[in-house]
Amino acid sequence: MESIGVLMMCPMNSYLENELEKRFNLLRFWTSPEKSVLLETHRNSIRAVVGNAFVGADAQLINDLPKLEIVSSFSVGLDKIDLGVCKDKGIHVTNTPDVLTEDVADLAIGLILALLRRLCECDRYVRSGKWKQGDFKLTTKFSGKSVGIIGLGRIGTAIAKRAEAFSCPINYYSRTVKPDVAYKYYPTVVDLAKNSDILVVACPLSDETRHIVNRQVMDALGPKGVLINIGRGPHVDEQELVKALTEGRLGGAALDVFEKEPHVPEELFGLENVVLLPHVGSGTVETRNAMADLVVGNLEAHFSGKSLLTPVV
Amino acid sequence: MAGASDTPLVLLHRPPSLDFMDEILSRNFRILNTDTSSEPLPIFLSRHASSARAFVVVGRFFVTAEILSYLPSLQLLVCGSVGFDHVDLAECKRRGVVVTNARNAFSDDVADCAVGLLISVLRRIPAGDRFIRSGDWEKYGEFRLGSKVSGKRVGILGFGSIGSFVAKRLEGFDCVISYNSRSEKPSVPYRYYSDILSLAANNDVLVLCCSLTEQTHHIVNREVMESLGKDGVIINVGRGKLIDEKEMVKCLVDGVIGGAGLDVFENEPAVPEELFGLENVVLSPHSGVATQGSLDNVAEITLANLKAFFSNRPLLSPVQLD
Repeated sequence: MESIGVLMMCPMNSYLENELEKRFNLLRFWTSPEKSVLLETHRNSIRAVVGNAFVGADAQLINDLPKLEIVSSFSVGLDKIDLGVCKDKGIHVTNTPDVLTEDVADLAIGLILALLRRLCECDRYVRSGKWKQGDFKLTTKFSGKSVGIIGLGRIGTAIAKRAEAFSCPINYYSRTVKPDVAYKYYPTVVDLAKNSDILVVACPLSDETRHIVNRQVMDALGPKGVLINIGRGPHVDEQELVKALTEGRLGGAALDVFEKEPHVPEELFGLENVVLLPHVGSGTVETRNAMADLVVGNLEAHFSGKSLLTPVV
Repeated sequence: MAGASDTPLVLLHRPPSLDFMDEILSRNFRILNTDTSSEPLPIFLSRHASSARAFVVVGRFFVTAEILSYLPSLQLLVCGSVGFDHVDLAECKRRGVVVTNARNAFSDDVADCAVGLLISVLRRIPAGDRFIRSGDWEKYGEFRLGSKVSGKRVGILGFGSIGSFVAKRLEGFDCVISYNSRSEKPSVPYRYYSDILSLAANNDVLVLCCSLTEQTHHIVNREVMESLGKDGVIINVGRGKLIDEKEMVKCLVDGVIGGAGLDVFENEPAVPEELFGLENVVLSPHSGVATQGSLDNVAEITLANLKAFFSNRPLLSPVQLD
């Protein structure tokens, strides 16, 4: 299989790179100063693309690679892949579901606690020596607060399970009611926001869910409500969010994702009711290794004619 | 404000920042507040507090044998805290003074704080927040990976109200829970280890939720930390003196243990400065209890204990005096 060209779109994991290099001819898209030359040179040998949440395979790339058979994403989100074009051309797509569900859910709860209990501020307070001058102020209790989840898929369900252990009543919005679920359903995101103390974004990004958290939703959440985004940056109208926070119309936000990563609006840097993380939802050694094994496993299965492990298309 | 002469007199001592109970206490009792005088405390107490049968203490005020000697009528000491290591219990017992604490008032918040610190250490939350605010994400891109929380083995030291609340929350993360306490609790579904060394050897994370006594002073020492190991994490929401702090700092700096989330320290508010440069440590200014919810709970149980006492009914949260 060493002659099979696998194009990796950006640096994502050195374990993954090593494993791919052992099995295939690995081409690193980001190391080439002239990307169009790289594509031109290798267009007949590149049969697979490995992307992630930052860079995937858009229509242009797919069209530049006539021998492309499979796109294997180092992520569960598929918003950076043109699924329509892949389907039309019969190109297989795989992702990394399930192995990262727990990490993302753990982080969602971690973000809620860090935000409500001001854990980052507390840490700064101690490190700066300010504790010697006086106690830190009161923060907000998490246990018992109502949690509203947008999207009750694998990740949303895992978040609900964890929040229940803190005695939080769970509400949710999804495209349809889930009949076997004991949580309270709201037919619109605005209704969900009105009736929840904490709003969590946990749905896939699509044309329908872009800016699903807009100004109306933020106003419904209100100055005592907080927003947690572990989905994708474009789920939230980021410009509106910055305004809502700086004007005090929204109580707080904890964000792992942004519209134009790694850029984060600087207006947020001075706010103490905000927690910011560099897209680390699945960022543990254990999970990234498991994701890498899935990417490699899917490619190996495809190129040896076996069933794909985690196919999407 | 209650003014009738047969309304019971209650002595109150609290720092100005913790005046959250002043109003509700004044509505129900005649309150003698140590804050109202600039006299030295012993003189104030001798002059005004000799008939006080109840004393409410909020904050870390040391109720010593000397203080008790100025309160000849004292029968009830109400602590606005769960810990009572700042009270001379032997002297209270000798004088026939019953002591109550705030029982479960803080348990939710302290348990939430413990879990918050645990996730923050393993997933590097404050470090990640700093990485962005300093501009490093745009400059350098890659942020070091953390460690998975779900499924970790967590050993809880002390299985009272706080310890059991921590366990309940961590079950939601499919953590494997075990514990050590003075004695095994048959109704508790988790594995019991009879000593802290084996608890440390068999867990990835140690959460300290026990009270500070002579037996638990420096219970987490170098040997325990070596047993926990280089990937092990300590979370302390109990008392600073549960840990040999000097040794812990060395163990963190030298990589003998993997990280720590600390809400309490041996000499608050002093915190060893060697910790400030460490990325695998999350520090909190003893704010495990500091939410309005907890304060409301403390006020409620304080009032309930006082009312019970003055109407000769059983107290809600008496503390064992031996």
